[in-house]
Amino acid sequence: MAQPLVKKDDDQEDEEYSPFLGIEKGAVLQEARVFNDPQLDARRCSQVITKLLYLLNQGETFTKVEATEVFFAVTKLFQSKDTGLRRMVYLMIKEISPSADEVIIVTSSLMKDMNSKTDMYRANAIRVLCRITDGTLLTQIERYLKQAIVDKNPVVASAALVSGIHLLQTNPEIVKRWTNEVQEAIQSRAALVQFHALALLHQIRQSDRLAVSKLVTSLTKGSVRSPLAQCLLIRYTSQVIRDSSMNSQTGERPLSDYLEACLRHKADMVIVEAARAITEFSGVTSRELTPAITVLQLFLSSSKPVLRFAAVRTLNKVAMTHPLAVTNCNIDMESLISDQNRSIATLAITTLLKTGNESSVDRLMKQISNFMSDIADEFKIVVVDAIRSLCLKFPLKHRSLMNFLSNILREEGGFEYKKAIIDSIVILIRDIPEAKETGLFQLCEFIEDCEFTYLSTQVLHFLGNEGPKTSDPSKYIRYIYNRVILENATVRAAAVSTLAKFGSIVESLKPRIFVLLRRCLFDSDDEVRDRATLYLNTLGWDGSVGEIDKGVKEFLFGALDVPLVNLEASLRSYEPSEEPFDLSAVPKEVKSQPLTEKKAPSKKPPSFGVSANGPTSPIDAYEKLLSSIPEFSSFGQLFKSSAPVELTEAETEYAVNVVKHIFSGHIVFQYNCTNTIPEQLLENVVVIVDASDAEEFAEVTSKPLKTLPYDSPGQTFVAFKKPDGLPSTGRFSNLLKFIVKEVDPATGEAEEEGVEDEYQLEDLEVVAADYMLRVSVLNFKNAWESMGPDYERIDEYGLGVRESLAEAVTAVINILGMQPCEGTDVVPNNARSHTCLLSGVFIGNVKVLVRLSFGIDGPKQVAMKLAVRSEDEAISDAIHEIVANDEAISDAIHEIVANG
Amino acid sequence: MRGFGRELSRVWSAVPKASFVRYLTMRTVVDPPVSLSLVSFTEEPYPSFKNILLLDSEGKRVAVKYYADDWPTQAAKLAFEKSVFTKTQKTNARTEAEIAMFDGYIVVYKFIQDLHFFVTGGDNENELILSTVLQGFFDAVGLILRNNVDKRTALENLDLILLCLDEIIDGGIILETEASVIAGKTTSDSLDGMSSLSEQTISQALATAREHLARSLLK
Repeated sequence: MAQPLVKKDDDQEDEEYSPFLGIEKGAVLQEARVFNDPQLDARRCSQVITKLLYLLNQGETFTKVEATEVFFAVTKLFQSKDTGLRRMVYLMIKEISPSADEVIIVTSSLMKDMNSKTDMYRANAIRVLCRITDGTLLTQIERYLKQAIVDKNPVVASAALVSGIHLLQTNPEIVKRWTNEVQEAIQSRAALVQFHALALLHQIRQSDRLAVSKLVTSLTKGSVRSPLAQCLLIRYTSQVIRDSSMNSQTGERPLSDYLEACLRHKADMVIVEAARAITEFSGVTSRELTPAITVLQLFLSSSKPVLRFAAVRTLNKVAMTHPLAVTNCNIDMESLISDQNRSIATLAITTLLKTGNESSVDRLMKQISNFMSDIADEFKIVVVDAIRSLCLKFPLKHRSLMNFLSNILREEGGFEYKKAIIDSIVILIRDIPEAKETGLFQLCEFIEDCEFTYLSTQVLHFLGNEGPKTSDPSKYIRYIYNRVILENATVRAAAVSTLAKFGSIVESLKPRIFVLLRRCLFDSDDEVRDRATLYLNTLGWDGSVGEIDKGVKEFLFGALDVPLVNLEASLRSYEPSEEPFDLSAVPKEVKSQPLTEKKAPSKKPPSFGVSANGPTSPIDAYEKLLSSIPEFSSFGQLFKSSAPVELTEAETEYAVNVVKHIFSGHIVFQYNCTNTIPEQLLENVVVIVDASDAEEFAEVTSKPLKTLPYDSPGQTFVAFKKPDGLPSTGRFSNLLKFIVKEVDPATGEAEEEGVEDEYQLEDLEVVAADYMLRVSVLNFKNAWESMGPDYERIDEYGLGVRESLAEAVTAVINILGMQPCEGTDVVPNNARSHTCLLSGVFIGNVKVLVRLSFGIDGPKQVAMKLAVRSEDEAISDAIHEIVANDEAISDAIHEIVANG
Repeated sequence: MRGFGRELSRVWSAVPKASFVRYLTMRTVVDPPVSLSLVSFTEEPYPSFKNILLLDSEGKRVAVKYYADDWPTQAAKLAFEKSVFTKTQKTNARTEAEIAMFDGYIVVYKFIQDLHFFVTGGDNENELILSTVLQGFFDAVGLILRNNVDKRTALENLDLILLCLDEIIDGGIILETEASVIAGKTTSDSLDGMSSLSEQTISQALATAREHLARSLLK
């Protein structure tokens, strides 16, 4: 105890002093010879090992020979009885990680230690041995490891269990034999043993869903002690919930009570884990969200940065899908903008940008401007993306938001950051017509002083497409021609193309464009000269072409209407011959459709979770896909595409889900099929739909899928005609029919002969909610009043006995399929009455607003007053009919009664 | 369990007979295909750690331990340490542990004297679990060094610091988080031997001038 004091006095002046000053690998390796002394000096040996470890830790590496020498020398130290030295020996062996043929030297020593009376020896020897061992040795020591798992010393048990988790990766069949012992260890009183045992048991059983759900169900009854083990259990619980929700489409989630109870746990880590699990439920309801968000809100004002961060990060994610549920936290969130911790501040800002309403935008932008100067580029990109989404949400605010973007565009920044800003401006120009002129002008200013060639060319291309359509195209010419004078060859070439586009569209500018293009004929770069020549000739500068013909325009502006991959493939297979390459022969169908893989979250989500409503939404993708199919081209504008509905259980041999595409007079079912059997190739896949329970629908066409190889999803379509503009409903039964061909797993080739087969799918329903687009209005009161009471319909309904008010509210929202406004889908706890505001657009593009007033009395009888306003009397009535006739409401009553 | 019983019966009833027979015959020959969807769903099945770093006030290593292959080379490791250090340098992490997120990692950290403690996890990790490990490491080092927590004392007791790291995390999995237990496991065994480097340095420091000390250590 006295020593540190002595030391302190001694070296006070010298701050650079280190016990390892001037240390050298060669010298230390020399020193390691003491390991071979017949009379071992344990202390000195420990010091030498420390020095070796220091060298390794500083990044020094040993050659193969050196490592082998050190390893053999270290093994001699097993002779010493000194426990401290033994610890260092264990550490050293793990660091050197000897090769397989060397391991044999220490095996017997370690096996002896594994059976030692000293707990510390047993625990450490297990860890070392399991780290360096291979499969054959493992069978020899398996017996001891099983014993160790149930050792009464928790350190030994934990060592064996953790080693088991590691070994499961390499030798699963051996570790799986330990299940009984691991199960016993789960009952251990020691907190960490339980944690390790739970982790290992879950890993062993992870592919057996039933076993996992049994494990979870029994443990949630309350025998788990440590917070860490609770966190594991929460993860496994949400996995079970996720798996079961894939099969049953509605109803209560099992085990969600357990997660909710975890929100009241005394350990913060358990609360955070549970809150996160709840917010990540697929299709989470407001009632489920509310308690989780309430605890997270409390954490926002914690004194601990880690807790604030955890809370704001989770809320940020929730805000992407349920912005209204988070609005209650806005005040706490705003105070976090000035948080010392920049990660927390960024998350708070992006959350606010998602949840904010139109009136708060200006104030928010002011706060952000101060903040932008002192954060890193990666944070800025996140903010830019969030601002873009905000601007799309509140187009009226485009002026201040575009201004903000152009201000930050002038500031210093790296390529990724500038690209994010440019992309945002381009998207805003495309989507908000009022922002076009200012936006283009900002882009012009940007390329005046842009160091990134890629961005310059992108902007020039965009200017060429949009600039000529503005009120005064001539003002852009100066900026573009400046590029021809000042920039590198790539940018010059792009500028020439842009000039040509102006010339071809704006007749009045043509003579001046010719002058500019002729100057480019003397450019030093081939590409620039070639382009100038080409454009001058196609545009007819010598007067040979009077009117620019259509072909030229298409050539200049037409997008390539074939997928680039297909074009590349066709060009590769084209052989030089007399016959010219025919562009129209290139197939236009996109081969594999990644659409079906929407459900699995990607491995690395963007760190700050920027919402995905960027350039392409799933609807865009669907629209593109459908319009590429000639049979459906006459159906008109796509009104709505539903979320995929699973028609098979998970893990069946063919996985099929369906997307309902609603058109005014038609409906198209898109069946996304996946073949999960490697030994099969399916051909001529069709879905036979029986619409006898859907009288108003008549099948018009179906588009089979030619081939469906293993694990590459494909689509088949069936289209129905239905009464134009009406919300027809019905039930459809589906049968998958196909020809199976066996595939030789060795060669991957399919046999010639196939067998016809069929596969029953679950039924599919088209309900009224399918005809309702969720469209939110910003100010419900204004919208309600401006709609006027002309087509208002009011009626009252008894909803019977309900579990809670919130459950009733959620049920009605789901039946109508409308967008809850102003956060009114969240029902405060213990509320006796509640008003919920909904908005939507019904088929035929009829705006619908709904005001729902709920009341609950003592025995949980719920009554509801439904007021509908719309632009069409018939639609108002239809909404009432939906609610009055809905079976789900009456079904739900029965269900609740049955479950008590 | 009510729900699962019902689930199961639905699963079976949904499989038509013909394909059920084929299902059986096929599955007996070949292993059932691993359900990819299941694997991709699960986040980390248990909390896992990328590294623990103990750096000095200039960002140089005192002791580090990597558990993940995210940084395969020494240069990549050093680059990560440099970026962690510079990005956290200006923050005040002396009273409460701080947290930062960058490059898809979450780093919790705490400073004392001229020592900077860092614990790194993946960006899906529960922050509170990371900070529990950080606190365990931080407090254990305080106990081991008897509250003289600075770079010099840490280097003089590097053997104990390394043992301490070894007792907290094993191959990325939490082994122990309770500081007193960690410190107990590292020190109790070596108390009898007094093998720590410090003792030797003292005796020699008394005997020789400081310049010679380092060289004498290496003889």
